[in-house]
Amino acid sequence: MLLKSREDLQAMAERAEKMLRKEKARILVCAGTGCVANGSLGVYEAFHRELVRRGLAHKVELLREGEGAGLALNISGCHGFCQMGPLVRLEPEGVLYCKVKPGDVPEIIEEHLLQNRPVERLLYHHPATGQAVRREDDIPFYKKQRRVVLEHCGRINPEDPYDYLAHGGYQALAKALFEMTPEEVIQEIHEAGLRGRGGGGFPTGKKWALARSEAGGPKYIICNGDEGDPGAFMDRSVMEGDPHRVLEGMLIAGYAIGAQEGYVYVRAEYPLAVKRLRKAVADAEDLGLLGDRILGSPFSFKVHIKEGAGAFVCGEETALIASIEGQRGMPRPRPPYPVQRGLWGCPTVINNVETLANVAPIIMHGAGWFRQCGTPTSPGTKTFALAGQVAHTGLVEVPLGMSLREVVFEIGGGPREGRGFKAVQIGGPSGGCLTAEHLDLSLDFDSLQKAGAMVGSGGLVVLGQDSCMVEVARFFMGFVQDESCGKCVPCREGTKRMLELLDKIVAGDATEEDMDLLEELALVVKDGALCGLGKTAPNPVLTTLRYFREEYEAHIKDKRCPAGVCRGLLRYFINVEKCRGCSLCARSCPVKAITGERNHPHTLDQEKCIRCGTCLEVCRFNAVYTA
Amino acid sequence: MSCLKDEIREIIGHHQGQVSHLIAILQEVQQKYRYLPEEALEVIAGDLHISPAVVWGVATFYAQFSLKPKGKYTIRICNGTACHVRGAAQIHEALCKELQLKEGENTTADLEFTVETVSCLGACGLAPVMTINDNEVHGQLTPEGAVSIVRGLKVKAAEEEKEKVRGRDHVA
Repeated sequence: MLLKSREDLQAMAERAEKMLRKEKARILVCAGTGCVANGSLGVYEAFHRELVRRGLAHKVELLREGEGAGLALNISGCHGFCQMGPLVRLEPEGVLYCKVKPGDVPEIIEEHLLQNRPVERLLYHHPATGQAVRREDDIPFYKKQRRVVLEHCGRINPEDPYDYLAHGGYQALAKALFEMTPEEVIQEIHEAGLRGRGGGGFPTGKKWALARSEAGGPKYIICNGDEGDPGAFMDRSVMEGDPHRVLEGMLIAGYAIGAQEGYVYVRAEYPLAVKRLRKAVADAEDLGLLGDRILGSPFSFKVHIKEGAGAFVCGEETALIASIEGQRGMPRPRPPYPVQRGLWGCPTVINNVETLANVAPIIMHGAGWFRQCGTPTSPGTKTFALAGQVAHTGLVEVPLGMSLREVVFEIGGGPREGRGFKAVQIGGPSGGCLTAEHLDLSLDFDSLQKAGAMVGSGGLVVLGQDSCMVEVARFFMGFVQDESCGKCVPCREGTKRMLELLDKIVAGDATEEDMDLLEELALVVKDGALCGLGKTAPNPVLTTLRYFREEYEAHIKDKRCPAGVCRGLLRYFINVEKCRGCSLCARSCPVKAITGERNHPHTLDQEKCIRCGTCLEVCRFNAVYTA
Repeated sequence: MSCLKDEIREIIGHHQGQVSHLIAILQEVQQKYRYLPEEALEVIAGDLHISPAVVWGVATFYAQFSLKPKGKYTIRICNGTACHVRGAAQIHEALCKELQLKEGENTTADLEFTVETVSCLGACGLAPVMTINDNEVHGQLTPEGAVSIVRGLKVKAAEEEKEKVRGRDHVA
């Protein structure tokens, strides 16, 4: 079915909406990466089997009219509450069932659908009060969120374009094409104050205006889906859960700057996102929403999907361009900026997935609506990937300017049991660590910059008292050093030497001079590196040195790791009260550091011990302890 | 080995011999052979009229590409921040021990298993995570759990081998 005009689109959308309204109930089984890992596809199959077995008419796609099909069974994108998966949402009430197994399916169908009684045991139970929460929106994890980018994730079937149309999809595109000039589109985005969600925070409207004013052509739009930050998965969830929203944003951007071609660059590690994007592109082409003379307007646009091949540096825009061109992903100095000379030397706008996902709602509801949430300099919402030692891990979307405390403690439910809150690592390897003092800090581009961190891609990793900050800094340095492309000396050599110094510190071999040298090196790399990867690589080190200096000092001066994480600094001891003298540890010790008579407490020679931890592993009486 | 040449040429044909598709061509070759054979790289360089150094440069730049044969099951252990703080290293250690991989090795001698660590798979809510051949994701792992998954695969592989032998005997 090819849509040849705006009227065609409206007619199709109305049909899809009507079908949607006919649904008395809808079963949405989450098929995001997290829930699939927990076996959600088996749950979907079980629903299908059970519905067939009971002879309940249902439809599995929006436009397939079943006999009196008031019931629909669908997969959905990520709800963001991965930890409680597999998740099943039931419309129209919006009831959410957690940790659903195939065996629970008959009960859900019998009780919920036929008897209209929710299945209590599968509802979310508040961990503190034990109270069951029926509706998804009432769960504390969701209550304080405001979902704009993620509004469809978990609510619609990402593999069904009609479902997107039924939920107002491609209306913003039609509005832009038929009611606005490209300049007006740019003006709207500019007034909304949308800033790049990839972490840099550059004003999107400004970027588009620069590209539009370039004389050369052809022009390109690139969607940057190379989300390589360890601990970040927001872009993945959007690409998997609402791929058409990304395409619509690209189309509007293309119309605004005068581009006819776009590329989506997706990480190789996201096979499901690639699959769904490919399907979305094919479906949009079939509907005539991609291709020549879209909806009968003079605007034509094509989209290609490009898979990355596993290089973190390709998230940097100039490296990403090199990679699309089929070369090694090496950044180059800017200027010229990609908006001047990008892909194949032509003006190119590169926007992050989440930036593009914000475009359609801004065009639809206007800049004023967008500015209703967020701060004056950072309007709108931001998705964060909440992970680490926090009670509720998952994907959250909150108005910019919300405090860290609200995100970690109210939405995330605070640190996991028995692990006191120590720090938050925000913005991945480019970001920094923030402490309990920063809990009331507003989460926006500018205030985080001041604290030495950055919004970055939006990874938020909560660290408990059992995390060693020096080790965390070393982990990020190891990552960046591994991913450094090697083109410029400050990054190639600097990160290597910084990593060596950090290795020395965690092994307990460092001196105070090493700490000064580390700090000096960090500042040199920050100033001297060619691209964003190198320039921001020292941030985790600099912020931990700034806020957790005493941990570094403990490692260096007292040869002690306060969190008890760094193996090189642990001492193993045998508790004579508990030791039964079974000699298992003595026999397992690779350096014969443990001696003793059978059935008598053994002793451990600290001089010989290489701290491999084997004795601790093998002891059946908990007699070996570390300090 | 002319058949390899033909197969590579077929893959190059899927991409109209465009140099800009070099990465996609290498991805397709690797999907077919589980690694990038040297000869394939030479054929690609010749047919795309670029120097072998350029092809090698790209093949060695990206983490996804391997110039050494890989196992039938590629196990990727996520070492993103969340997995790291929840013990990815212990899982890696346990699997290497189970598969008797020495320091610096990542593929078993019988080419059954390859164990790699990768930076973030993006399923941080389920840390620690590993994937098997990109289509199976396992989350909230423990070292013991990971080992038992691998043992299950070993059993499966042994059964498949038996089937093969039986099939051959049958033909004989």
